[in-house]
Amino acid sequence: MKKTGSQILLECLQLEGVETIFGYPGGTVINLYDDLMDTPINHILTRHEQAAVHAADAYARATGKVGVAIATSGPGATNTVTGIATAYMDSTPMVIITGQVPTPLIGNDAFQEADMVGITRPITKHNYLVRDVKDLARIVKQAFHIASTGRPGPVLIDLPKDIQVASTTFFYPDTVELRGYKPTIIPNPRQLDKAAEMILAARKPVLYVGGGATLSDVDKELMILAEAIQAPVTTTLMGMSSFPSRHPLSLGMLGMHGTFYANMAVTNSDLLIALGARFDDRVTGKIATFAPNAKIIHVDVDPTSIKKNVRVDLPVVGVLPKVLPGLIERLQKDPETLERVVASSQAWRNQVQEWKEQHPMTYKNTKATIKPQYVIEKLCELTADDAIITTEVGQHQMWAAQFYDFSVPRTFLTSGGLGTMGFGLPAALGAQAAFPKRQVIDISGDGSFQMNSQELATLVQYRLPVKIVILNNNFLGMVRQWQQLFFDKRYSQTCMELPIDFIKLAQAYGAEGFRATKPEEVEKVLRQGLETPGPVIMEFKVAREENVLPMVPAGAGLNEMVLS
Amino acid sequence: MRHVISILVENEFGVLPRVSGLFSGRGFNIESLSVAPTLDETISRMTIVTSGDDRILEQITKQLNKLIDVIKVIDFTDQPFVEREMAMIKISADMQSRAEILRIVDIFRANVVDVTPRSYSVEVTGAPSKIDAMIELLRPMGLKEIVRSGPIVLGRGPKAWKNED
Repeated sequence: MKKTGSQILLECLQLEGVETIFGYPGGTVINLYDDLMDTPINHILTRHEQAAVHAADAYARATGKVGVAIATSGPGATNTVTGIATAYMDSTPMVIITGQVPTPLIGNDAFQEADMVGITRPITKHNYLVRDVKDLARIVKQAFHIASTGRPGPVLIDLPKDIQVASTTFFYPDTVELRGYKPTIIPNPRQLDKAAEMILAARKPVLYVGGGATLSDVDKELMILAEAIQAPVTTTLMGMSSFPSRHPLSLGMLGMHGTFYANMAVTNSDLLIALGARFDDRVTGKIATFAPNAKIIHVDVDPTSIKKNVRVDLPVVGVLPKVLPGLIERLQKDPETLERVVASSQAWRNQVQEWKEQHPMTYKNTKATIKPQYVIEKLCELTADDAIITTEVGQHQMWAAQFYDFSVPRTFLTSGGLGTMGFGLPAALGAQAAFPKRQVIDISGDGSFQMNSQELATLVQYRLPVKIVILNNNFLGMVRQWQQLFFDKRYSQTCMELPIDFIKLAQAYGAEGFRATKPEEVEKVLRQGLETPGPVIMEFKVAREENVLPMVPAGAGLNEMVLS
Repeated sequence: MRHVISILVENEFGVLPRVSGLFSGRGFNIESLSVAPTLDETISRMTIVTSGDDRILEQITKQLNKLIDVIKVIDFTDQPFVEREMAMIKISADMQSRAEILRIVDIFRANVVDVTPRSYSVEVTGAPSKIDAMIELLRPMGLKEIVRSGPIVLGRGPKAWKNED
């Protein structure tokens, strides 16, 4: 039986196990949306295409499945760009479908035409312009395969309107034939032998865990490895929920706003074991003084990440679910040796403990004004372990990373690589759509929140009970902090002078809102907000000029932290 | 340092901007680029001349390999190869210079492909340094226009680069 292009696309989505998608209709996807009505696919209509992509991104981050978003051609498609770049930088598996003007009009500056394959080439893992309906099923199959294997990433399919209407015999291939795409999954056993040797020779090892660990769900293997070799574990922002923050071996986050002890441990280590992390500039600080005495083992599925920023002594290309068991097996082969090695690194653990006691993660609480860190700590106390936390970007994001304890994988969804303000609210929407019963909380600032606040409407419409914590300092706080420290307190364009009534804003959309202005109200407002059904804004008027500390100034070494 | 890379790519719509965009987006240098289909018509071969230290070259080859449409990347840094470029040169030619131009053409085993009372157009093939040398000798006669193809390279020896290797 023949099917139209849009029927084929929807059939393929179902065969890929897609249940929920996010999108926004328009002229060039009207056929697709018409056929969507005849499928069981759950579609969530966001209020902006950027939000649809962020929501699909977070849906993928929370579930591990491929996220799917749809937008129409032209402005609908260009609105997806920030969302796609966000997903690309954080390696989220996604398929984005954009409508395109009919094939004969392409290149003619037609109404709502934009060259999406051209625009998204550097921010997608791969992209397609479908030029013949006969290719469509194969392209969708390839898109899902490319998005979800190797180093995951977003794939865009640009689908002209006439291809959606054209019909052909539907056949969905079982396998994918791509001679140019064969990611290395299984690590070279000799590299694993060498890695085990290096670990057994180390006296000051540190595990440095990135987003790759979260993406490949290796929290259990990671725990076994860390405990077997008794090495302290530091995570990047993206690796955060893969290793419990309260574990005695946990050092928390490293880098620009990392803990004192994580940065000291990395700087003084003799072996850095990087697992699915990419030595981002926010992590390394000045390269010349980064882990100067350490040998570096770099495990990554993407060879381009290796030796891109730092020298590497032992590259291991492969996926963590294959690398870690192989490594653990080698280390545990000779329990006596392992025991002796662990005993020999006791002095190192004592040193790390000293650093932890010397400068623990802390802040000065006051009775006069609400400290943002205090709100995060209280929130952490009052929420379930499996609560999903999303953030926007800025000071609140760093405080969430520093003061919220994560213990369940895939519970911290944040824009790490691109640093996209406006990510958190649509991300919370997407995560809540994936897990209607779990607590989902967007930790936000007053600046970031206003970048996608229109999504309150989506939350209310779909009864998605997302709770929003706004740490309101009437500033673009992170930029203000830099201006305070490096620009002599000249606050150029960072004061959000108009005080927004976020409670009324919530009410306007049919959501609830509560506000705390004094420290003693914080717990009450949090309890009230978390217990109220449906979407809720909790606004906290926080100390306006609080800084995120410790801080490694841009261009300084990791051990040159500003502590207070 | 100068490097020559050959890339086997899918002979498909939009592959060239993926490769050239990668170079510009990541700040890599392209000195020249030439591309045409191979024996297997589903595959095109690009020859790119680039420059950079070992670390940059490693990133270039890794990043190229990461592109879905790139089937194989051949770095000719450590292997012998034959390199040829073609140039077509239009030169002013008057009564005094005509004979001298023809002598230079002869020395470089070039060919005259078009003649007018006031000009010669010649084609020359060879290593880029040979073409440079010929251009320098012709410069005093009055160069009007030069078109160069950019080099293409072929590895020496019996081994051939195909998709299966």
